[in-house]
Amino acid sequence: MRIQLNGEPHDLPGPMSIALLLERLAIDPRTVAVECDRVVVKRARYAETLIQPGAEVEIVAFVGGGGNDTISPWIR
Amino acid sequence: MDPLIIADRRFDSRLVVGTGKYASHALMQAAHEAAGTAMVTVAVRRVDLKARGAESLLEWIDRTRIFLLPNTAGCYTADDAVRTARLGREAGLSHWVKLEVIGDERTLFPDNVALLEATRTLVKEGFVVLPYTNDDPVVCRKLEDAGAAAVMPAGAPIGSGLGIQNPNNLVIIKEQARVPVIVDAGVGTASDAAIAMELGADAVLMNTAIAGAADPVLMAGAMRRAVEAGRMAFLAGRIPKRRYAAASSPTTGLVTPGAPQRS
Repeated sequence: MRIQLNGEPHDLPGPMSIALLLERLAIDPRTVAVECDRVVVKRARYAETLIQPGAEVEIVAFVGGGGNDTISPWIR
Repeated sequence: MDPLIIADRRFDSRLVVGTGKYASHALMQAAHEAAGTAMVTVAVRRVDLKARGAESLLEWIDRTRIFLLPNTAGCYTADDAVRTARLGREAGLSHWVKLEVIGDERTLFPDNVALLEATRTLVKEGFVVLPYTNDDPVVCRKLEDAGAAAVMPAGAPIGSGLGIQNPNNLVIIKEQARVPVIVDAGVGTASDAAIAMELGADAVLMNTAIAGAADPVLMAGAMRRAVEAGRMAFLAGRIPKRRYAAASSPTTGLVTPGAPQRS
């Protein structure tokens, strides 16, 4: 199935939890925040939240910044 | 120095610094140390899925001593800023946000209408909101009325290093504010930070002035001292400015006559 992951098409073998997706991507869940279809998913609910076909998933983390970034986090 | 209190939290430094533009994480950490900062801002961005195993910025910030303030830098609408703030809360497990809604790419001036809207939304959701805005006393008052925990007027455009462009506005903002005033952006060198504090600002936030200096660690130390000096001078109460001299030595008992009389 296909989802949108950080603005790009991404193929997954089937519906899976956010916890599993992070594991597949080798991302430490403690360092990121995840949004599914524009709703923030609490860390405690990663295991039970299933990603459905066509879902828009955003995985974000903290990066260095002061107030001088001109690039939007939501590149359209 | 007297502590800075924002919302329910105490900070033992009045210098807030950014985490961007450093040549390395190690250099950033050393600069934070030299600045003696108790609060740093971080941006929220999409994870680069192709750069696996990249080290996290957070590994270079001692969170036992430094409070993490997520920002919404780069957001151009109230919606995007609110969305970013919510993600920042989840990533950092803190409900504080340095709220930025940019209205113009070239000046990075805020869109104050959208900023006010986003402030209202986030305050309702329980966030401690610190909005970056212009040095406009009316906008600052409206943000405070909307529930902002502090106001963060710019001294000059972000990253410009121009220093405090409108000292009078800052004084007016400070006079009317019931929340802390943090001068955010525009500082170029130590004297700019000292001036902001002498005018009565409760704190100064900067990134480029330190990260972009030839020696960021040395500049961080200079900024620390400037902020402290400015704060002390403000608390000490400066003398009024006057057009003519006022002798500081006695004018009587001179061994020679004083100034000649002009005819």
